[in-house]
Amino acid sequence: MNMLNFPASILPQRTQLPDIAFRSITRFFAFLVFSILFGILITLLIASLPTFKAFGLHFFVSDAWNPVTGDFGAVVPIYGTLVTSLIAMLIGIPVSFGIALFITELSPVWLKRPLGIAIELLAGIPSIIYGMWGLFVFAPWFADNAQPWISDHMGSLPLLGQLFQGPNMGIGMLTAGIILAIMVIPFISSVMRDVFEIVPPMLKESAYGLGATTWEVVRNIVLPYTKIGVVGGIMLGLGRALGETMAVTFVIGNAHELSVSLLMPGNTISSALANEFTEAVGDLYTSSLITLGLALFVITFIVLACAKLLLLKLAAREGKQA
Amino acid sequence: MNRSLYLRRRIINAITLSISVLTVAFALFWLCWILFTLFSHGLQHLSLSLFTRNTPPPGSNGGLLNAITGSLYMVVIATLAGTPVGILAGTYLAEFGRDGWLAPATRFINDILLSAPSIVIGLFVYEVAVYPAGHFSGWAGILALALIVLPVVVRTTENMLQLVPNTLREAAAALGAPQWKIVTLVAYRAAKAGMLTGVLLAVARISGETAPLLFTALNNQFGSNDLSGPMASLAVIIFQFAMSPYEDWHHLAWAGALLITLFVLGLNILARTVFRRGAAAHG
Repeated sequence: MNMLNFPASILPQRTQLPDIAFRSITRFFAFLVFSILFGILITLLIASLPTFKAFGLHFFVSDAWNPVTGDFGAVVPIYGTLVTSLIAMLIGIPVSFGIALFITELSPVWLKRPLGIAIELLAGIPSIIYGMWGLFVFAPWFADNAQPWISDHMGSLPLLGQLFQGPNMGIGMLTAGIILAIMVIPFISSVMRDVFEIVPPMLKESAYGLGATTWEVVRNIVLPYTKIGVVGGIMLGLGRALGETMAVTFVIGNAHELSVSLLMPGNTISSALANEFTEAVGDLYTSSLITLGLALFVITFIVLACAKLLLLKLAAREGKQA
Repeated sequence: MNRSLYLRRRIINAITLSISVLTVAFALFWLCWILFTLFSHGLQHLSLSLFTRNTPPPGSNGGLLNAITGSLYMVVIATLAGTPVGILAGTYLAEFGRDGWLAPATRFINDILLSAPSIVIGLFVYEVAVYPAGHFSGWAGILALALIVLPVVVRTTENMLQLVPNTLREAAAALGAPQWKIVTLVAYRAAKAGMLTGVLLAVARISGETAPLLFTALNNQFGSNDLSGPMASLAVIIFQFAMSPYEDWHHLAWAGALLITLFVLGLNILARTVFRRGAAAHG
């Protein structure tokens, strides 16, 4: 840590006042940042009170969403949020792992930088661009080329088949999940790359010296050494996927219906908010949407806090060894 | 026996490594596809009138002037508001937060804010600034964007100050400089490039943000410089136009999308160059 804390007595008197002032100002703003999170939580909680009064905890197990009769439930959007994020993770994790493996173990030195930049470009593209591209380019392509194949070949599988039956519309939960996967790849792969790079070269070289192949080194040395960090990176990506709004709003179809098929339109918490919040009439409707936002905030908070704790744990272990 | 085991290990190695190469190709494929779409749709609708005329009603010609100025106003003011707060908070974390609970707790919470869903920030600002005032406003949009700038600046400021060698601080202290001078005249100067990088990245981040503006600044079909009323922004206009059924609105949305992406990616590249220059100057 970089700081010098002198006992007050050794400093000349005249310097003390500005120092104390400066330190207090910085502490005040640090406290401000600290309190923002609680400010958000409390504000959303207060705004959710009408929902809790009307529905109680039943809100979280009801799949109703009827603005006309004023009956609301959170199941459909929460289900959509979890399913799209799950699809994103199923695709995103292996791909990110492959990319991190390539950059740390296989890539020639001259390729590392441009590749890093390319992955960062993927992270830099605003999410609304992903949404537009998804709606105008990817969804029509997906409906024409991929979905007929998916429903023909996977729709007839026992049990799993139901997930892949439906009209070829292009928009739906599977499309949203795929686009989310592309969006979280840069986040997960850059954390994985960073943690792979902290593996002491000596460990890897010893394994190579014993005749291990590159894959065996990664499997038996790198992964066990960095597993906490890898999980942390995955949680970070999951946090992003859960809260992503614009890209999903464009392609999910915004339908408050619980459907088993991934090819059907659905809804996520964030897309329901983006689509309906400014048009919501009546306190209960608005309040129900805010309660959805609160649920999203709590879920992402837990996921991100776990991610952070895992990464801190890895860093602490590193510190002990160094 | 030994030979077949050896062969098997080599084959497994070859397969997994090829898959790894494929995953890289997979990611690059999407990047190229998205950028290609953006350029092929956006370039043909780029014209000077984008910058000189306001957004039109469907069916007539127009540009994106009010959206561009609205975005500029909000992004600039949000950055000006968020940066000093972020720098001071980051300074506390790096320079003064050795003892006590505040620094570790703030660091933890800041990292969560960094990835918190931006739409929830929009909801929060709606509740504290829009609902009590009774109307949407540019100021509410600015508040939402500033809340997104803040954690980015806190994080980079702290990291960059941590990188400043302690010997510099000790040298200044030995010359009798008080602590506030050590921080502002020595540490800040040494960390200047990195801190600027953080601000640029924050600007890049909020330039493309749509979700937090939906419930705060809302939108405005007319040119308006009144920050206390609803305000158009490029991102929200793109959302509205792209979701509309009108062909000519789609064209404007693509042009706007190209502009916003070029701006954001340009800022990212600028931030990298600034950072590398700064690092080279110290190295």
